Amino acid sequence: MLKLEKRQSDSRLMGYMSPVIAIVMTLICGALLFAFLGHNPGEALYTFFITPLEDTYGWTELGVKVAPLLLCAMGLTLCYRAQIWNIGAEGQFIMGALGGGYAALQFLDAESSWVLVPVLLAGAASGLAWGGIAALLKTRFNANEILTTIMLNYIALNLLLWAVHGPLKDPGGFNFPESAMFADAAILPLFSDSYRLNISILFALFFMVAIWTLMARSWVGYQIHVMGEDAKAAKYAGFSSKTLTWVVLLACGALAGLAGVSEVSGPIGQLVPQLSPGYGYAAIIVVFLGRMHPLGILLASMLLALTFMGGEMVQIQLSLPKSLTGLFQGMLLFFLLAADLLISYRIVFQPRTARA
Amino acid sequence: MDIDLITNVLYATLKTGTPLILIALGEMVAEKSGVLNLGQEGMLLVGAAVGFIVASLTGNYFLAAFCAIFAGMMMSLVFGFLSITLAANQVATGLALTIFGAGLSAFLGNNYIGIGLEGIGIWEIPLLSDIPVIGKVLFQHDPLVYLTIILFAVVYWVFRSTRLGLKIRAVGENPEAANAIGIHVHQIRYMAVLFGGAMTGLAGAYLSLVYTPMWSDGMSAGRGWIALALVVFASWKAERILLGAYLFGFASIMHLVLQGTKFEVAPNIMAMLPYVATIIVLVWLSSDAIKTKMSAPKSIGQPYRPMS
Repeated sequence: MLKLEKRQSDSRLMGYMSPVIAIVMTLICGALLFAFLGHNPGEALYTFFITPLEDTYGWTELGVKVAPLLLCAMGLTLCYRAQIWNIGAEGQFIMGALGGGYAALQFLDAESSWVLVPVLLAGAASGLAWGGIAALLKTRFNANEILTTIMLNYIALNLLLWAVHGPLKDPGGFNFPESAMFADAAILPLFSDSYRLNISILFALFFMVAIWTLMARSWVGYQIHVMGEDAKAAKYAGFSSKTLTWVVLLACGALAGLAGVSEVSGPIGQLVPQLSPGYGYAAIIVVFLGRMHPLGILLASMLLALTFMGGEMVQIQLSLPKSLTGLFQGMLLFFLLAADLLISYRIVFQPRTARA
Repeated sequence: MDIDLITNVLYATLKTGTPLILIALGEMVAEKSGVLNLGQEGMLLVGAAVGFIVASLTGNYFLAAFCAIFAGMMMSLVFGFLSITLAANQVATGLALTIFGAGLSAFLGNNYIGIGLEGIGIWEIPLLSDIPVIGKVLFQHDPLVYLTIILFAVVYWVFRSTRLGLKIRAVGENPEAANAIGIHVHQIRYMAVLFGGAMTGLAGAYLSLVYTPMWSDGMSAGRGWIALALVVFASWKAERILLGAYLFGFASIMHLVLQGTKFEVAPNIMAMLPYVATIIVLVWLSSDAIKTKMSAPKSIGQPYRPMS
């Protein structure tokens, strides 16, 4: 009989192996699923995971999707390190896009790229404010942050819908629920005109390193660690859990907001009803899969970005539904949670006869 | 406000509250046994998708509802295996269930977007439905509205006066003690979680077969999460869930109330109301944080590992 037995101490090795196991299990289940749908599993998996990256364009598109995922995930890491279960990156992303988009629409005749400064700041500030609401509800009213941030996501989405159907709708846009196209100056510069990859990937990498340094070297980072590991110890040490809650939620809001504004002032170029394919939710998986470590998170963002591209690829080439993306992401998180048990437990084989 | 409007508003309130009651009752039972299942939204979506697909393929609504219930139970079984047997973190597992359910339902329902269904018809209760106003408000509903009231009565009765209700509470309050007096903790928790899955699956079927007879991605629009807040709001009491769900139902159909008055509010602003109301409720609960803590099942969220 198989049995779980507690390890003497947590296994470091399993901590790193668990994401690998989860990926392998997801691939196996994916293969079975493709076979069930009547496709050659090897070929379908190849189309999903390899074909999108066969040319330079594919890799730049990966970067386009890594940027928002990485920004949101770094923000969420701060929260989860402090045991603040912020599910609100999606809403903070949307508010960033909405606030930044509003700013961009004020400068439709802009010629100078300096206009990007107020646009990006407005975006980050809107996301920050949205994170701030969650922080206020948590610290002042002790409201469960999982529920409040989820509710704030739905409110943000409805605000965006209201804006593009109403006050921010393009007057010359044939009544489509979209804003006007932003001025060229209000669009983030591209690395090359042939690709959609813009400098937001540099923001993402910069903040990845910045937060890494903050967590590893700074006093605030240390306090967040202690609060997450042992809330009581943090209290005895005199760390204010309220201040830390504010810090992590504001920071996450600002980063997700920056991701949002970079998306509208980047590949999209205007406000539309569907801004995010679910970056804010996928970023949650990124954080867990990346072991809350910056390098792990970078790799996990690339994998999750690939699942978005893979979904589109199997839709185009095999006419399978794009929603396979969400299914793969969900499976990945499930298998990860199951495999994570092997960090503190080991499977032992116990012959039935040996039981007294 | 004329009498027709009041009738319509009350009628719609009952309809809108129904799925919330189903989800919240199921989740309440699970939480009373000590398991916090945050995956309601995912189970709800899968129930809605499966119910709709079976109904469009077979035209048999009874079978469709049954399959939706079964789908909800399968989802909750996955949750139970991870969180009860493997003792994984309930919060993370619940979130995973929601993300997985959203993906799975979108995948399953992919070919069914934009198809209409007739929907389950209305069962008029003879004689009673002829009463003016009350007859229309209470006795001209689809069968699931009545079934929900019956299910409420059953859950209420189980916790009020049965051994099973006592066992579930014992497991949720103090699993070690429950185990010591010979209650199988894991068995009770599995049953409670599966019951929750069945109820949420049925609520999903209600959404896609009755409330808005169609399928669209993410059509549950956060109802699973609102129901989770509702359980806390109701301080784990079935009768308060009933009341709270109808209050939320009312908040969700405020646009009907404002119709025809001089207050014109954009539909997307009105659509925020249930979410804003949920936040207000959570804030209001905090004014009574101690009472909330007292009425919460003691072992909620904590996995139980039998000593061996």
